[in-house]
Amino acid sequence: MLAVGLAALGILVATALTLSAFQENMMFYVEISDVKAGKVPNNRNFRVGGLVKTGSVHREEGEIELSFVLTDTANELTVVYDGVLPDLFREGQGIIAHGRMGSDGNFMADTVLAKHDENYMPPEVAGSLAKQQAANSAATTEETDPATEETTE
Amino acid sequence: MWKFFHKLASPPHFYDLANKIIPWFIVPAILLITYGTIAGLFFAPMDYQQKDAFRIIYIHVPAAYISMMAYMTMAISAGIGLIWRMKLAHAVAAACAPIGAWFTFLALITGSIWGRPMWGTWWEWGDPRLTSELILLFLYFGYLALRAAIDDTSKADRSSAVLALVGAINIPIIHFSVEWWSSLHQGPTIVREGGPAMPMEMLLPLLAMILGFTFFFGAVLLRRLRTEVLYRERRTGWVKRMIQPAGGEA
Repeated sequence: MLAVGLAALGILVATALTLSAFQENMMFYVEISDVKAGKVPNNRNFRVGGLVKTGSVHREEGEIELSFVLTDTANELTVVYDGVLPDLFREGQGIIAHGRMGSDGNFMADTVLAKHDENYMPPEVAGSLAKQQAANSAATTEETDPATEETTE
Repeated sequence: MWKFFHKLASPPHFYDLANKIIPWFIVPAILLITYGTIAGLFFAPMDYQQKDAFRIIYIHVPAAYISMMAYMTMAISAGIGLIWRMKLAHAVAAACAPIGAWFTFLALITGSIWGRPMWGTWWEWGDPRLTSELILLFLYFGYLALRAAIDDTSKADRSSAVLALVGAINIPIIHFSVEWWSSLHQGPTIVREGGPAMPMEMLLPLLAMILGFTFFFGAVLLRRLRTEVLYRERRTGWVKRMIQPAGGEA
């Protein structure tokens, strides 16, 4: 029984260590604010998560490579990617990009994954919600940045 | 009250009782799963961003729920068996493991099939929700392997019970993984602050499937349990009498 107790204790300690490792190093992705603060590995790949800024997706005619601005509404990061995008990739969508920082301060992605939230609703409901939101934001102040507007197709 | 429990724990009585109550699990399971499948696949509206692909939720979520519920049933039964030395409780734990392992496998596979078109990946190493669910599968495998490795049933019962109890720490980790850490997997839809993030015509079939899977789990568990009891009692008089009717020579 002592051996079993010790084994159980051992597994518990191992679990606690794994949990704290998860907490510190195994975050699946980092926030944009951490990237901007330089809290990311320099010559290693990592994942960064955020929303695709509306109107920021930019692709040259006939090219696969595209760039877009990833935002957490306060900080922004330009992502460059040439590859296949998931179905859910679109402006305003939450995504996770895997890659590393380029020398020009842009994030060079080798994989782009789309995240979706826990809300499910019929298209008609989503449509009327979007209309309402648009009406609300039109009623308040206009918050468009002319600098990013130019990059829109 | 206690008399009832003693009678319940007596193998011959339980063997008969289980047979009588199995239909009470099978019938609701068939009704609920039939309704849930038809309503979920044909009548629930499609999702605004995932279109029809979201319908895999009607298998994925119930399977994932049973994968964890089966583990909790296993761990609690193992604990009862360990504390009160109740053989039937150990038998319940042993019968839960293979069912739970299969539902964990189903949850992982359906999640992978769902992840490919929506997220853009079959599998992502390091994602806390995906990794902790995979660890659950390995815990079931470990439990089954440990049982299979020990010939003496009561020794196997006690050792595997400790493993089941210690491994139970993984269940809250799976559940809260999407809240504690950043994950590709979305947060909970049904049990969340502010109510379910789903309209009723999508939610009802999902709840029916979850309940239906639960009844199905109960029915399969009872069937496995009958076999398990029969095997454990193979040297006792009542099993021999049942196999060889009175006076008959085999």
